[in-house]
Amino acid sequence: MSNATAEHPEHLTEDEKQLVRQPLVLNKRTMGWISDYISSIVEGKTPTWWYISMGVTVPLTLMCLALLGYLISTGVGVWGNNHPVGWAWDITNFVFWIGIGHAGTLISAILFLTRQKWRTSINRAAEAMTLFAVVCAGIYPALHVGRVWMAWFLAPVSNANAIWQNFRSPLLWDVFAVSTYFTVSVLFWYTGLIPDLATLRDRCTTKIRKFIYGVLALGWRGGNRQWRHYEMAYLILAGLSTPLVLSVHSVVSFDFATSVIPGWHTTIFPPYFVAGAIFGGFAMVLTIMIPACAIYKPLHDLVTIDHVDKMCKIILLTGSIVGYAYLMELFIAWYGANPYEKAAFWYRAFGPYWWAYWSMMFCNVIAPQMFWFKYFRTHLIWVWVIVQFPNAGMWFERFVIIATTLARDFTPSAWGMFHPTWVDICTFVGTFGLFTTLFLLFIRFLPMICMFEVKAVLPEADPHHGEAH
Amino acid sequence: MDAVGNPTAPVYGIAAEFQSARDLYHAAEKIREAGFSKWDVFSPFPIHGMDEAMGLKRSILGKVVFCGGLTGFLTAVSLEFGTSSFLYPLIVAGKPTNLYTVPAFFPVKFELTILISAFTAVFGMLIMNGLPRLNHQLFNWDRFKKVTEDKFFVAIESEDPKFSTRSVKDFLESLGGTNITTIHGD
Repeated sequence: MSNATAEHPEHLTEDEKQLVRQPLVLNKRTMGWISDYISSIVEGKTPTWWYISMGVTVPLTLMCLALLGYLISTGVGVWGNNHPVGWAWDITNFVFWIGIGHAGTLISAILFLTRQKWRTSINRAAEAMTLFAVVCAGIYPALHVGRVWMAWFLAPVSNANAIWQNFRSPLLWDVFAVSTYFTVSVLFWYTGLIPDLATLRDRCTTKIRKFIYGVLALGWRGGNRQWRHYEMAYLILAGLSTPLVLSVHSVVSFDFATSVIPGWHTTIFPPYFVAGAIFGGFAMVLTIMIPACAIYKPLHDLVTIDHVDKMCKIILLTGSIVGYAYLMELFIAWYGANPYEKAAFWYRAFGPYWWAYWSMMFCNVIAPQMFWFKYFRTHLIWVWVIVQFPNAGMWFERFVIIATTLARDFTPSAWGMFHPTWVDICTFVGTFGLFTTLFLLFIRFLPMICMFEVKAVLPEADPHHGEAH
Repeated sequence: MDAVGNPTAPVYGIAAEFQSARDLYHAAEKIREAGFSKWDVFSPFPIHGMDEAMGLKRSILGKVVFCGGLTGFLTAVSLEFGTSSFLYPLIVAGKPTNLYTVPAFFPVKFELTILISAFTAVFGMLIMNGLPRLNHQLFNWDRFKKVTEDKFFVAIESEDPKFSTRSVKDFLESLGGTNITTIHGD
């Protein structure tokens, strides 16, 4: 079907109309409009709601930092971790935050490689979310080691003891995986920003802005001799990020799976962790994009209901994979005939943390089933309400895996419960402040939609637009 | 014909403006057929098929990144086996540390391969594009600011062997270019 008929659906038969795709950008917005509108969010006067939001999130961030200072100066005893639950909220929160990051990389890399053009309007914000989530995640493993000033022992540098790292330890794999993930995500994000920073530079009216955006844009001119290397670099980064994102959460799951603890020592962990990460990450993308589009209403022409619908379907798919994994774990615990494994899962469902287990089941498996109905996928308020369940459920999942397993050791004499302290709770709340503060700064100072990519999916971007095929 | 930049400075080239990706694409085909070599087209987004229209080969960045990835891989191999097998063999749970124990060493190899490849991709791309730079002759032209918004440009450089002010101007006009301007340096 030629483009000419696709633009005039009134000439089509009913069957052909079914084949016409929804345009990616609604209301026939032009390239000029895209630049003007997205840049105006950055260039305009700082809105009042932004100051009010920052007024909430900045104190939370400061609280988080102050409590980390308290932890460093006093010791990890200020957290509730103790025998037998040596990993508690610290690792729960680490896995929670790093999992959220994965949706950003999925959107920017995997959907790019699979030529899903609808990703263009959401990838920038999702990648930013990735970075900020990894920042929040990185706090926990770095600080739970106890003597933080010794954290450099993780880096493979020659030291006075002449002892080198154990490269066969999953904890060291984690160091490499998470730091590589953060670095590559920054590179990918910044590479994607260069042409848009050039747009901001070319629109600048004040000297200071021109200097800052000019330096950040690196002198980008948009020549095709630049674009061809640029596109290749972007493709390669997408190709590198795809196995990377799958590896990161697999490595995180190895922290558990390579141990001999019942309930952790399972081969299903890597795929189950990755699916869960994408599930929770998409929920967080929707959690922040829906309010952002509600504030900047014309963005609905770029981030359309169709986008939300697609993301909801991914949540439904990955949520169902997670549900399958939960059931398969239970099946194997029974079928494997290992009494300790069986006991571990019995205690998960009916032990002292039964409430966490059933919250997880409800939030991750039952609640997303609402997305089978188009009504719930296309009404933004419903979508926003429903995605809060995966957000909470994925936190419960990590808590269930960590706390319930450790609280019930092999011998009953080693059993014990974990109780979070006020420092645990306030630090975790503080990381939400940090995450939101970074995201608010991002919305204010950088274009939150990838302008050049959205322009490239407009019909008039096709060099054969309007010509007969 | 308009001129921008310092009139006494050497001429960088002659540039013209086009209104759409389609016009730019066809102009590029004709410039390539006319046999120019030092020229470029400028657009707010990468245009599909423009490399063929300009007669450009596939970017060699992929090959460079392969070398980067290999460097990362070999770095990890020497870092891991060098320290764990030779400098200070660390016996954990009685497991061997020789070169046959690759699976346990694999994640770090994988991560360093990805890390160095990604650095090579980004910095290789910047070096091939002659970036970063703080200024360029084309930025002397105010209309060129629209290149990052919704306008399309062609520039033929004065270093091109077929360049002559008169003929290039007429040629760009015949392609449908508007606002044809001579670009001087600073």
